[in-house]
Amino acid sequence: MIVKVRIQTEDFDVNEECARLADGKNNIGAIVTFTGLCRDEEGRLSALELEHYPGMAEAKILEIVEQAESRWPLQGVTVIHRVGRIKPGANIVLVVTASSHRRAAFEAAEFLMDFLKTSAPFWKKEHPADAGLADANTATETRWVSAQDADDEATKRWQVKE
Amino acid sequence: MKIYYFAWVRERTGRADETVTLPEGVTTVAELIDWLKTRGPEFEFAFENERFVRAAVDQQLVSHDTSLKDANEVAFFPPMTGG
Repeated sequence: MIVKVRIQTEDFDVNEECARLADGKNNIGAIVTFTGLCRDEEGRLSALELEHYPGMAEAKILEIVEQAESRWPLQGVTVIHRVGRIKPGANIVLVVTASSHRRAAFEAAEFLMDFLKTSAPFWKKEHPADAGLADANTATETRWVSAQDADDEATKRWQVKE
Repeated sequence: MKIYYFAWVRERTGRADETVTLPEGVTTVAELIDWLKTRGPEFEFAFENERFVRAAVDQQLVSHDTSLKDANEVAFFPPMTGG
């Protein structure tokens, strides 16, 4: 299986990543992509700031990819997670899965996202729109995003029944 | 031993990382937290709700009762919010 895991500040190109995964292969029947974007809630947000634990973040994503590979017949997986300051409307995360059949590609992409959100060491901080650009870095006006119970719940559906 | 702090734990302690020599009697993550809290109000603040602080030993997520034997690197951070 072809695996690409990147943590980067730069944006990514979804079409380019799909083409790269399919390049030179004729046994791929399905490519599923998930793109997570920075969402603004009614103009409240000026930017999200993403922090990660270098080393552990890459290792953890690779571990999740290995788990996906053991559960579904996959030909390729690409995971790109951006860090740093990200504006509303911009890309945050990309998951691409390639398989012979669509079901494996769909399910693996969902599995990867569910565990990426809850077990890879990334943290989001909101910079509010009214904080002004000059002092947008001050801790009093910014807010760390809280972990959601719903995200933890989402991982439970992948538990293998004994 | 190297300690890393991330997200609001980093902001509260006022540092991203530091190198410490573990004092006698500090053998688990929980004991390390107890000792860090004696080092100043910024550490008390960071660890005031210990159950909200996750720990990793050598980049593996662990529970607070985990031993620090042979550990090179410990990290403290809030629950993850990536994706």
